[in-house]
Amino acid sequence: MAKINLAENPSPSLELHGIKTTRDTMLQIVARKFFRNKLAVIGGIFLIVIISAALLAPVIAPYSPEKQKLLEKLSVPSREHLLGTDRFGRDIFSRLLYGARISLLVGFASVLGSITIGTFLGAIAGYVGGIVDALIMRFVDIILSIPSIFLLITLVTIFKPGVDKLILIFALLGWTTTARLVRGEFLSLRSREFVLASKTIGTKTHKIIFSHILPNAMGPIIVSATLSIGYVILAESGLSYLGLGIQPPVASWGNMLQDAQNFTILLNSWWYPLGPGLMILLTVVCFNFVGDGLRDALDPKINE
Amino acid sequence: MITTNELEERNATVGHSDTLLELKDVKKHFPIKTGFLQKNVGQVKAVDGISFSIKKGETLGIVGESGCGKSTAGRTLIRLYEPTDGKIIFKGKDISHLSEAELRKDVRKDIQMIFQDPFASLNPRKTLRSIIREPLDTHNLYKGKERDEKVEELLEKVGLDASFINRYPHEFSGGQRQRIGIARALALHPEMIIADEAVSALDVSIQAQIINLMEDLQEEFGLTYMFISHDLSVVRHISDRVGVMYLGKMMELAAKKEIYSNPLHPYTQALLSAVPVPRKKGVAKRERIILKGELPSPANPPAGCVFHTRCPAAFDLCRQVVPDFQEVKDNHFVACHLYK
Repeated sequence: MAKINLAENPSPSLELHGIKTTRDTMLQIVARKFFRNKLAVIGGIFLIVIISAALLAPVIAPYSPEKQKLLEKLSVPSREHLLGTDRFGRDIFSRLLYGARISLLVGFASVLGSITIGTFLGAIAGYVGGIVDALIMRFVDIILSIPSIFLLITLVTIFKPGVDKLILIFALLGWTTTARLVRGEFLSLRSREFVLASKTIGTKTHKIIFSHILPNAMGPIIVSATLSIGYVILAESGLSYLGLGIQPPVASWGNMLQDAQNFTILLNSWWYPLGPGLMILLTVVCFNFVGDGLRDALDPKINE
Repeated sequence: MITTNELEERNATVGHSDTLLELKDVKKHFPIKTGFLQKNVGQVKAVDGISFSIKKGETLGIVGESGCGKSTAGRTLIRLYEPTDGKIIFKGKDISHLSEAELRKDVRKDIQMIFQDPFASLNPRKTLRSIIREPLDTHNLYKGKERDEKVEELLEKVGLDASFINRYPHEFSGGQRQRIGIARALALHPEMIIADEAVSALDVSIQAQIINLMEDLQEEFGLTYMFISHDLSVVRHISDRVGVMYLGKMMELAAKKEIYSNPLHPYTQALLSAVPVPRKKGVAKRERIILKGELPSPANPPAGCVFHTRCPAAFDLCRQVVPDFQEVKDNHFVACHLYK
């Protein structure tokens, strides 16, 4: 025993030689800081599990998500049906796996779209200022003043519901908050002394925006993005309520939760709303944890 | 530190050397805009027609109270702000209407700036390497590894350890950060540096270190300084000539010795009387000139001489006619009706 231990642990003096004299790269520092944040790591692991489960749905799912067994409808969770069955006797666990694909896709893609549009327009408004700023912000006000639910209904009715249409609509309606946020950040950052210093050096405008202003505005953008993902997943379920979201029998967390909102089901079959409800909650919370962790890890002022 | 002898020698040579930068009636008015159509409802006359020149190798101090336009003047003359009117002539060339690309080619390399707040003037997300490399990258000076070597050399030049190169600004104290700012300003080997309240945010002991560093660098690189400050003692220490600004106008401009021993403008006299001095026993108490009233708004400056509302010597003419900024003695300029 003793010999093996000696071989495995080199003497402390040898370890001294292993001490690094160079400093780590930015990426290593960010990674280390992120991994030290326990909540962010837990959130990250959970998201990875959900995403891989969604990708591997055909392999993992014990049943087809659309296979109905009316005789076994609303059965309690058991060894055969891990999370029970819904009103048509479909396996809830399998439906959650397939639903994750749709919900996460809609969430990710539309937030990516709305953040891009919002950051772009907000940055222009904040950096250029003047009449351009006034025009963009009044446009934002106009979009905000339209009751989005009616616009959604109108658009969905015209274009026929579908995943791609939903993403497009959420992206085109959701950018206003980001735009306001980014505009505010740019407005205050553009007159900061380090930006003036770059101008004195002669740094080109696009470089000032991308390498000085945008990185310093990243914190609020990330937080806004992670919050929006949750909002979009919930909004999709709202549209499903009106029958304008993802159309059954295709499963999404939103339309599953919607389907479970029935007095008798809520009273007698608690497991049905629990599955999709818990998934939406956990996903939104995890995105927020990861977002917070990323924001802090990217900020060099917050110590390791 | 430079000895007094050397200083006098330098002053003597300054007198003969040519003008590096000249301002001719430069104005910077900020429009006050309001409403959806951004209608122009007035102007803040931050800098309202100032003229002076800076000679190669000298240090010109600009003093004045907060809001007198001294910082705006500094920022306008390196075209961070667009001048509303007037001419800025740098090395014999009018740079007041050059495009940003032309400025980058001809001017940016030669005039740099040190900022007031050492905590706001460095991007918190960049390492010292990329902060000090930015001017070298922008103007494509040096190649590959040489650029990093140059950065290390600059760090050592301003009294910092070259091994700090991968650290972030927040890891440093105010004085060290100001040194980083100076290293960045030096990177392009400029001819002129504008120091905008460069030591105002620092402790007194650190101020002395930074000022000594600036003096050493001036000697080594033959730099020309425009030193903007509200601290009369600091300006007295570092400047060759001193200009006094009030409400966007230059009130008086003369050699340091002349202005501190023989101030002509009532405003300069009042300012200088406010500098605390240690008093010996038996020596009569120095008379303080207390100015009445508040600094008027630069959006609505008084007619005539802008100082007449607070001037102890004001008479009728002052309320109606703007005094010319003229040379009343050899190299002593003043804008006051008392001197004709």
